Amino acid sequence: MYKRSVSYPCILWSAAFIIIPLLFIFYYGLTDRTGAFTLSNLAAIATAENSKALILSLGLSLLSTAICLLLAYPLALILSGSKIGRSGFIIFLFVLPMWMNFLLRTLAWVVLLDTNGVLDTLCKLSGLPRFKIINTPAAIVFGMVYDFLPFMILPIYNVISKIDINVVNAARDLGANSFQTLYKVIFPLSLPGVISGITMVFVPSLTTFVISTLLGGGKILLIGNVIEQEFMKGTSWHVGSGLSLVLMLFIIVSMALSTKYDNGEGNVL
Amino acid sequence: MGNRLIDLQHITKIYDGHPVLDDLNLYFNENEFLTLLGPSGCGKTTTLRILGGFETPDQGRVIFNGQDITHLPPNKRQLNTVFQKYALFTHMNIAENIAFGLKISGKSKAYIDDKIKYALKLVNLDGYEKRMPDSLSGGQQQRIAIARAIVNEPKILLLDEPLGALDLKLRQEMQYELIRMKNELGITFIYVTHDQEEALTMSDTIVVMNQGYIQQIGTPEDIYNEPTNAFVADFIGDSNIFPGTMVEDKVVRIFDRIFPCVDVGFGCNTPVDVVIRPEDVELGAPGQGTVDGVVSHLIFKGVHYEMEVTACGREWLVQSTKMYPVGEQVSIHVDPFNIQIMNKPESEDEEAVVLDV
Repeated sequence: MYKRSVSYPCILWSAAFIIIPLLFIFYYGLTDRTGAFTLSNLAAIATAENSKALILSLGLSLLSTAICLLLAYPLALILSGSKIGRSGFIIFLFVLPMWMNFLLRTLAWVVLLDTNGVLDTLCKLSGLPRFKIINTPAAIVFGMVYDFLPFMILPIYNVISKIDINVVNAARDLGANSFQTLYKVIFPLSLPGVISGITMVFVPSLTTFVISTLLGGGKILLIGNVIEQEFMKGTSWHVGSGLSLVLMLFIIVSMALSTKYDNGEGNVL
Repeated sequence: MGNRLIDLQHITKIYDGHPVLDDLNLYFNENEFLTLLGPSGCGKTTTLRILGGFETPDQGRVIFNGQDITHLPPNKRQLNTVFQKYALFTHMNIAENIAFGLKISGKSKAYIDDKIKYALKLVNLDGYEKRMPDSLSGGQQQRIAIARAIVNEPKILLLDEPLGALDLKLRQEMQYELIRMKNELGITFIYVTHDQEEALTMSDTIVVMNQGYIQQIGTPEDIYNEPTNAFVADFIGDSNIFPGTMVEDKVVRIFDRIFPCVDVGFGCNTPVDVVIRPEDVELGAPGQGTVDGVVSHLIFKGVHYEMEVTACGREWLVQSTKMYPVGEQVSIHVDPFNIQIMNKPESEDEEAVVLDV
């Protein structure tokens, strides 16, 4: 066993950059400019503009999580069952973009999706209808799916590739066809990975403001953008913190759901 | 034992250019306990997987009740498998595990409940319906795996080294259980193992395999008493295998000593392999036997003593209830009936593999 002292740097780090900032958020979120206790910052979520942003955020992140799941699950299933998939090369290809800066990748999509951008120009030249999804919710979902897809693939792949092949064979042996084997055996056994993947896509999607700023053109406000503006545009740290606390509630709920169903096997990152 | 139930015809299976099974022909009867026995890599598991439908042979056919099922997927075959490491569905309780096959085939709830009760009783685990597989011991999980397979009333139960992960005591217990279940169910068991003792204990018929070829098929007594080649003799039980020469019918020369035996038909002055089981080597006072030697090792094994006697420059493995201390001068005598003569392997295919048994 290592001595406890080796964990001190980590504890120090957590205290300085996680715990103390969090306490500040709580302090600002629950006080007004005079320093008196108030719940009005939390209630700010109820204004028409803010609740619309929250609902849009929830909607878009749910949608992008669902799309990620639909794309990732079959892929993970196929990769874990094939020789080339098990060699890890294709998984490597999917993880590769994760090593590139997140902002750069999102900016690349701006170039691709912009009016008179790469895709639009291609459509124009080939006589297809013009490709104009930039500055729409669709572009934001596009960006979220692109940025967070690896976080869905990895945990699912990881869990499925650990399922004993004989358990799958046993299902076949007992009369289940491929489809029955999938939904009665493989899918239930892969749930920890699915839950883990859902959390890892849903939480960053819900809180993002970069993707919506770049691909939404500043016209579409997600809850992340609202909070950002409260802080950066100098309106009110108190309201910004209050809204952050509300958002944190949603994150805590989804994390709690994930730990309830996930016994740790799905966590690879 | 009844009619032929399943036939393997000219089965060849090649992995990475290396034949695992080469023109294998084998049939299985109704209500038979047949064991495929051999060292790892002998092709026994591949044979089982071909029967179960998890592998397709590169050549040859699988005939079940007169029907060609070579390309039938596993879910369409009237046989069930008990896998090596149980392969239970860990997300289902015991009752759901057992009910899996029955639900797929659309049986009524009452029928399924009856079957679960019956199967749990058969494997001596009544009342375990609501338990989860993880909460059971290895032996119990294996019983559930058997219960899950037999409720589907297969014509054949395939068992892939099902007792391999259990400890010795439990393994012996389960061997008797399996024999009892087989008799109760009246179906064919095809059992794969590398454990010769397990094979001798349970089987009606043993098929000894090596390097993709069948070495011998017979009852446990046949295989033990009359091994057809040195591989079988070496693999089944302990044995002394010596090179010898068949001088004429009923006379064999081993290390320039003449031993009377009962084998005929090998011709004159033919080189042969001679098998003598250690329990068949009789020790006596010097000069009273065929050859004299010196005891070089002695181990107490519980039921008997195991000794090594150096005679004619070779070690003879001897098992006896009578103890001769190391260094004692002894004579060796072998009853003619207990000398087993085998042809030398003719081709490489039959080449005996030296095993550390």
